[in-house]
Amino acid sequence: MLKTFKLGGVHPAENKLSANKAIEKLALPKSVFIPVAQHIGAPAQALVKKGDQVKVGQLIAKSGGFVSANIHSSVSGKIKKVDLSMDSSGYPKQGFYIDVEDDEWEDGIDTSSELVENFEADSKTIIDKINAAGVVGLGGATFPTHVKLMPPQGMKAEVLLINGVECEPYLTSDHRVMLEKAEELLVGIRLLMCALQVNKAHIGIENNKPDAINHLNKLTASDSAIDVVPLKVKYPQGGEKQLIKAVTGREVPSGALPISVGAVVSNVGTALAVYDAVQKNKPLVERVVTVTGKSVAKPSNLLVRIGTPVQDLIDAAGGLPEDTGKVISGGPMMGKAISTTDIPVTKGTSGILILPKKEANREQMKNCIRCTRCVTVCPMGLEPYFLMTVSDKQIWEKAEGNNIMDCIECGSCSYTCPADRPLLDYIRLGKGKVGNIIRNRKN
Amino acid sequence: MSKLLTISPSPHVHTSDSVNKIMYRVLLALVPALAWSFFMFGFEAIRVTLIAVAACVAFEYLIQKFIMKEIPQITDGSAALTGILLAFNVPASLPTWMIIVGALVAIGVGKLSFGGLGNNPFNPALVGRVFLLISFPVHMTSWPVTQHAAVDALTTATPLALLKEGVKAGQPVSEIMTALPSNLNLLYGNMSGSLGEISAMFLLLGFGYMLWKKVITWHIPVFVLGTIFVFQGALWMLNPENFIEPLFHLLTGGAMLGAIFMATDMVTSPMTVKGQLIFGVGIGVITVLIRNFGAYPEGISFAILIMNGFTPLINAYIKPKRFGGTK
Repeated sequence: MLKTFKLGGVHPAENKLSANKAIEKLALPKSVFIPVAQHIGAPAQALVKKGDQVKVGQLIAKSGGFVSANIHSSVSGKIKKVDLSMDSSGYPKQGFYIDVEDDEWEDGIDTSSELVENFEADSKTIIDKINAAGVVGLGGATFPTHVKLMPPQGMKAEVLLINGVECEPYLTSDHRVMLEKAEELLVGIRLLMCALQVNKAHIGIENNKPDAINHLNKLTASDSAIDVVPLKVKYPQGGEKQLIKAVTGREVPSGALPISVGAVVSNVGTALAVYDAVQKNKPLVERVVTVTGKSVAKPSNLLVRIGTPVQDLIDAAGGLPEDTGKVISGGPMMGKAISTTDIPVTKGTSGILILPKKEANREQMKNCIRCTRCVTVCPMGLEPYFLMTVSDKQIWEKAEGNNIMDCIECGSCSYTCPADRPLLDYIRLGKGKVGNIIRNRKN
Repeated sequence: MSKLLTISPSPHVHTSDSVNKIMYRVLLALVPALAWSFFMFGFEAIRVTLIAVAACVAFEYLIQKFIMKEIPQITDGSAALTGILLAFNVPASLPTWMIIVGALVAIGVGKLSFGGLGNNPFNPALVGRVFLLISFPVHMTSWPVTQHAAVDALTTATPLALLKEGVKAGQPVSEIMTALPSNLNLLYGNMSGSLGEISAMFLLLGFGYMLWKKVITWHIPVFVLGTIFVFQGALWMLNPENFIEPLFHLLTGGAMLGAIFMATDMVTSPMTVKGQLIFGVGIGVITVLIRNFGAYPEGISFAILIMNGFTPLINAYIKPKRFGGTK
């Protein structure tokens, strides 16, 4: 029996169209827009101004606090302006417009593809380098990685979990990284283990990627500290709490962080960025992005510089299909629909998914027939139908009392509702309100 | 940008399941038992079913359009389903006008007066049936002889009614049993009774189909039937001369129809497995109590309606196991 999490879960059509497409390096863009806020936490503070010349890997905005991250230029060229532009959230964000000239890298960055395996086993050095390189969680949450590596007082990490689940349909960037960058990935995992001072790491991979499981199994055969855990295909297994439950059987208590059960979870892409940061001295200036969709001519996995316009990626995959209805930054379950392809790739962009018109629109909502499917599939054991009702009627104390803040917004409820009810829309609304109420109470 | 893109919050994909599909699959699951009733009761069964379905759909359309002033939702299949279930719950000899009155009560009072699909606290078909049973007790308890019976009569009694009369007259169960059909006959449905309840086998076939298509889960039917079996079994072991063996109660009356198709009505049953356990056990216990100690020979309709009434309370207090919760 394959391991998986117990409560709830759904199995949407996997549609991994780009699974066997090798990672291709995208040509340098003509210009980029690099926002100062690409992570959870405080925005970074600008260090360069209009007219400045910058090199690839140069620090252009400094971390704005403990929970924040450095921002580096991903190209060489001239700062055209520092201004607002929209990102995938749909809100205007401060950032740097840079016109690309050549490809000149900062000194001291190793841009070769040579594998560097040995490192100095010092936790603080590793964490400092990760911090300096602006590494954040590349699975989509973009939580600054160095913060995760420094558990709060009195808490100790016991085990590192590497998230190679990629449970979102369509997306394949982590899958390709595990196949093509496995050696680097494993060095990155060892670095993370050293930083956390743990002696065990598990790589959780869903069973729909047998090639990645076999490949990593072979490479870790001689290393008893790292093992591969094949998991049953079930969404949202890539959710932090679900992955911890699936692999270790431990259940993160309501409202607590994973570290409270001794676990730290890091995405495959993040571990690779850690390798680059520590072993190659290379800041986070590029990432692998899946560009996919049923009508897309050439579904691809592209290695792109941060700040590249999404339109460039779509052009590389054969252009925007005629029947396009919706473009999504991320996967179909949790990604954000974007209103224009004139937005930049940021650190959290795991994929660009293009849905045809006939899949873009929602059906008319019908009455709830209490079929119990939303309750059955909720991985947090909540009652989405009830949370929707109390959010709609603004009965916030009932929403809070029924654990609305535990919702991880995986969308399994809305996905599965036969009456096409927008359960998660209402629950998000309720979460926002209840979150405000809780914060105000504390003040 | 030449194209206008659609914007909406996640998730952006949706299951192919829908309310209509659920309703039509339940209808399909009823087909074997329906075919059996046509075989057993002939034209009369066809008449009752057609009238019930047509009346339910028509009342739904008329009330939604002219009284509620909404767009009629008759294509969702729920009114047709109520019609079939109502037909299943009445004798095949019921006069046409009574069926129409039953349909009006089921759809008008049982369902639309509460706001339509999803808002009704009680199973609409059972509201219709119980209204008919109380209003027209003679017609609702005169059972036509099946086409293939070897007796020369127009009406007959159901096995449950025979049992009840026997016990009332003070006969020991072992003696009454000689006049009752064998369990094998009960299983495939060679007995008299309401139109759709007689064949346990074909109802179970529909249950299997619904499980396969994941329309319902096994919980409620198993809890209801399991409780009837265990409770009746306990009574039987205590006093086999007063109480019949439990399998008889599973195969007679509306036990199968009620447990598989009526108690599992999504709108009126609890949302959690624990809640469904309370619900199912409640139905089982009340059914056995009414059958053995009540005035009516059959009680599962009342049992389901009573537990329907408890469903909002169960939903309010029985919560699913929360992830990372203390309980």
